[in-house]
Amino acid sequence: MLDTARARLAVVGVAAAGVLGVLAVTGLQDNLVYYRTPSEIDAADTGDDRVRLGGLVQKGSVSRESGALQFVLTDGAYDVAVTYDGKAPGIFREGQGAIVEGTLDPQGAFLADNVLVKHDNEYVDGSGQTYEPES
Amino acid sequence: MRPHALDRVLGFLALGVALVALVLALVVAPPDAYQGDSQRLMYVHVPAAWTAYLSFAVVAGASLLYLVRRDLRYDRVAQAAAELGVGLTGLAIVLGSLWAYPTWGTWWTWDPRLVTTAILLLVYIGYLGVRGLSTDPGVNARRAAVIGVLAVVNVPLVHFSVVWWRTLHQPPSVLRPGGPAGAIPPVMLATLLVAIVAFTLLWAWVLVRRTRLLGHLAGLRARETGAEAGATVEHSEIVVDAAPERDRSGA
Repeated sequence: MLDTARARLAVVGVAAAGVLGVLAVTGLQDNLVYYRTPSEIDAADTGDDRVRLGGLVQKGSVSRESGALQFVLTDGAYDVAVTYDGKAPGIFREGQGAIVEGTLDPQGAFLADNVLVKHDNEYVDGSGQTYEPES
Repeated sequence: MRPHALDRVLGFLALGVALVALVLALVVAPPDAYQGDSQRLMYVHVPAAWTAYLSFAVVAGASLLYLVRRDLRYDRVAQAAAELGVGLTGLAIVLGSLWAYPTWGTWWTWDPRLVTTAILLLVYIGYLGVRGLSTDPGVNARRAAVIGVLAVVNVPLVHFSVVWWRTLHQPPSVLRPGGPAGAIPPVMLATLLVAIVAFTLLWAWVLVRRTRLLGHLAGLRARETGAEAGATVEHSEIVVDAAPERDRSGA
């Protein structure tokens, strides 16, 4: 008796875990796209819909001449010009990853209301040295 | 309760390594060239996350042992580990938030790493809640054990979230294919590893002491209910299991 009850519990448990796992992986894969790259946005994204766009801040593209922060976000294939009416956040710099939130106008220019800096997984000391094992 | 010899050794060892880690993290390790001193938060944020993972792995292992052996000692290990895991997950989130603002420019964002970590925290808060639903320790232990075994799938989900999905959070620097080479200077890596050892020792110290305290409390409760056994017959719904060492329904 108890053995069948325990076996039933085990079967239900494994089934529930499996269903949860499949749901989590498939569901998250479709919906958890935190940001899109410049190559992945098109004219359909223009207008009032908010877009989150991620890429590298192109070297030499940052300017503050017009009072707003302007830079080009690139994924290597496509570039998007970004305007942000605010101060550069965090450790924002050229060549660094950034994620912008805002809207895309029909000319393909991005008006950001939020800029986030994406830090990579590399840490460097003052001399730019990182750990390299002897091979 | 008299302090145990093992607790003393573990406690002093943890304290010693923690002091070494503190000096390494604040004095010896250089600031990151781009992030400055805020990067030093890595030496507490990463160990907090690691010991949280470790806690939930122990919850799963102890829960499985409970389901097989039906011995409430394993249930107490699971409870102590889950309490530690919830606290450490909360600590990792708070420290991560403090590190995020000067680096990313925000305290919080709904990226997959942060969302899965928040889910992890909520699931184990729920786990601790389920432990108090019944007055029968055996019933609580059985329910908690099933959740404790299932909920551990959250841990790889959190850890690999930065690999599987696009996130603002950076991917791992140490536990990655190819190891830490090229990602971090040796002195920073050494500091991080010593800090992880310090956190793990402190974690073990708290786990051992908390587990023993829970056993002590269960023993006291068993003695109380044993003494009142005759008087509580009419109020069977409020009687605490008189023999908490064994889950009788499973025997």
